[in-house]
Amino acid sequence: MSNPFNPQQGGQVADRLNPLVAGSQATDAAPPASRAIPVRRRRGFVRWFLDTGWRHLIGIVMLVFAAFPLLYVLSASLNPTGTLVGSNELFRTIDFSNYVELFQRPQQPYAAWFLNTLVIGLVTAAGTVFLGALAAYAFSRLRFTGRRVGLLTLLLVQMFPQLLGVVAIFLLMSGIGEIFPQIGIGTQAGLILVYLGGALGVNTYLMYGFFNTIPISIDEAAKLDGASHAQIFFTIVLRLVAPILAVVGLLSFIGTFSEFVIASIMLTDPQTQTLAVGLYQFVSQETSRNWAIFSAGAVLAAIPVMALFLYLQKYIVGGLTAGSVK
Amino acid sequence: MSTTTPGAAAPETAPPVDPPAPRPRTSGGSARRSRGQSLRGLLIKIVLLGIVDAIALFAMFVLVMQESWLVFGIAAVVTVVINLIYLRPGWLPAKYLAPGVFFLALFQIFVVGYSGYIAFTNYGDGHNSTKEDAIESIIANSLTRVPDSPTYRLTVVEQLGTYGFLVTDPDGETLLGTPDQPLDEVDAEEDSTGKAVGVAGWNSLAFGDLLANQSLIADLSVPLSDDPNDGALRTPDGSNAYVYTSDLVYDEASDTFTDTTGGTVYRDGGEGAFVSDAGQELQPGWKIDVGFDNFVRAFTNEDIRGPLLSVTVWTFAFAILSVASTFALGLFLAIVFNAPHMRGKKIYRVIMVLPYAFPGFLSALVFLGLFNQQFGFFNQVLLGGASIPWLTDPWLAKFSILFVNLWLGFPYMFLICTGALQSIPEELAEAATVDGARPWAVFRLIKFPLLLVSVAPLLISSFAFNFNNFNLIYMLTGGGPRDVTAGVDAGATDILITLVYKVAFGEGTGRDYGLASAFAILIFLIVATISIVSFRKTKALEELN
Repeated sequence: MSNPFNPQQGGQVADRLNPLVAGSQATDAAPPASRAIPVRRRRGFVRWFLDTGWRHLIGIVMLVFAAFPLLYVLSASLNPTGTLVGSNELFRTIDFSNYVELFQRPQQPYAAWFLNTLVIGLVTAAGTVFLGALAAYAFSRLRFTGRRVGLLTLLLVQMFPQLLGVVAIFLLMSGIGEIFPQIGIGTQAGLILVYLGGALGVNTYLMYGFFNTIPISIDEAAKLDGASHAQIFFTIVLRLVAPILAVVGLLSFIGTFSEFVIASIMLTDPQTQTLAVGLYQFVSQETSRNWAIFSAGAVLAAIPVMALFLYLQKYIVGGLTAGSVK
Repeated sequence: MSTTTPGAAAPETAPPVDPPAPRPRTSGGSARRSRGQSLRGLLIKIVLLGIVDAIALFAMFVLVMQESWLVFGIAAVVTVVINLIYLRPGWLPAKYLAPGVFFLALFQIFVVGYSGYIAFTNYGDGHNSTKEDAIESIIANSLTRVPDSPTYRLTVVEQLGTYGFLVTDPDGETLLGTPDQPLDEVDAEEDSTGKAVGVAGWNSLAFGDLLANQSLIADLSVPLSDDPNDGALRTPDGSNAYVYTSDLVYDEASDTFTDTTGGTVYRDGGEGAFVSDAGQELQPGWKIDVGFDNFVRAFTNEDIRGPLLSVTVWTFAFAILSVASTFALGLFLAIVFNAPHMRGKKIYRVIMVLPYAFPGFLSALVFLGLFNQQFGFFNQVLLGGASIPWLTDPWLAKFSILFVNLWLGFPYMFLICTGALQSIPEELAEAATVDGARPWAVFRLIKFPLLLVSVAPLLISSFAFNFNNFNLIYMLTGGGPRDVTAGVDAGATDILITLVYKVAFGEGTGRDYGLASAFAILIFLIVATISIVSFRKTKALEELN
């Protein structure tokens, strides 16, 4: 198993990973065991191979390609020798000491990073969903002068991602910090506010499209029954559009989770940093020596995001194809 | 800037604010329930609006204290508008749009405009502040002790974290001053020798405190008077202070600095710094508007133009090749797995989507280890101990980046291509087959064009995303290997956005916010142009169908 990029050995890796595939291959592709009907079986195999068998071959190669780096980092995180060299023998030993060590380094407060990332990500996601839903409701249900212009402006502004304004954001937040240190540079509250600046935009478009699919007659019926516009919004519409709220919240969370540029200029104290900033500085300085502990950190950090992603995959894919990119 | 403050509370604020306005509409059977809810809504609205107003008032108070009148004015107007929107009946769209627009205005629109402004200044290391601040710090930086300075007996005092000097001058007068507040006469307690030892409102530092804050106190300089040329008191030991004056004397009338030891005259050279005739510059300088200088510099200065050009070319190459390679692989896989009778498709799909679910910045860091020249898995295991400089050779580094981006991006393309393929009606292909088209022709002439129509906008946004794919480049190679001949910190794999970051916040060279913002404006123009042009084209495509 030393060389997973070798297709044959790679196949074995994939087999082990994936008993179902291995099983189907074994039954379908196994050379004929008995010689009683060799010719027919062989012809059957050839036809099967030309029809679907080659697809499995490509599938197995792709499985190795896709899964290998992830298995590698998982193996490295379980390797007690701790260095990059020691990580090259996959799954030689299984040992959780790196995970323990990860939480015992005062210089790299991993637990704090993890918590910071979750808090910043969740608050930003909640805020984004909320601001976006309000705006989408207005654009979808209300007719007012400037509505079209407003939608177009949102599109236009989005072409200048916040990333590009990083210098201006840095100077702006330094200025704000002189007046209100609580939300200036170096604070997580300030970072969240900056992230919320990107709340309207692509997200609003996603929601706007979804809001439009909810029949307006529902609103009208509620209005006849005496509900106020706020009651309609909070108690009826928001419930009906819950799936898109989940998607936008998740996309926003994942985006914030991986955001590095703005977080790195805003947060300088290790205690306040996020995983992206902290782990980057941790591993970029001494890649080789810190490798196993970094791997443990990476595995733990990836678990919540991957779990959420796979759990809500159906919705996300729908959202993605509607026009957003990771 | 302080406009932010009302915003701090705005996210929670805005929503509940709306309920009460349309109350009159309540009627008939559900009136009771409605009124109850509206009352609750009204309460929530009052509380939240109150919180916003309280924060806004506090902000305005601070702004008045700091005499930032322009920002104060803006904050006041914004606060009034917010109150109007939520207290006045009607204006329904505004009630729903205000919170999001507030953040959008401050952190997107204002930031774009501000970037544009910074691009026309020399803002950066050594040019951070106003001319007055620069003059003060030039004088403070060049203080030397007057040879026959009288001795001032000193007690270091402290108030709320600010240190001050309580001194007894040679004539026996007691004076108090801080670095921001020149010496002034004060009534103080004196000990038996006539030395002032304490003053009301201030804590006198004991010997232990002096030791603990030694370096801080040694750096203090308390001006003798409002005129910085008079000099300042400093203390080498914490118990005696001496007069220090600057070698550099500032003359307000002629706006020059004169070096009293050598007689050199430094003038305001018009570039945000005092320069001597010999070209020597006094640090720090100050921020001035430089017009198109940053852009001119980027396009004419050989040290910058060369790297900027190669970075721009690589940015395009990277974005185009990334989209092309991930789309090709994704489409290929979508076709391969679009086989109705194939077993195990689900499992393939789940595993192949994993690279996409894995957080992007972590992938780059994992590959950083895999590609490591000495110890990495690729060199050590796959290539049996080779020493291939995957990330440090200019061309191999480019290849590695594209490889990693292929790994990161193909699942997305696979997903969208699968979706697009499945939405193409089977009848079209069947009809073509009946007409005698071969499978390849069916794909090339029917399925592919249809697929392109639905996928094209996503390819464009993918291009725009990769054009600014900061995380991958910065975490994998840091833009390196560095081009040592370049006048800016640019490397072989730098794309424009990493260049902006390195010029603005890099550690190797000084920070140059002006030049960095000029680069950012360039990126904006490029991306905006491409997006507008290509979206127009795809719209045309859609109309054709």
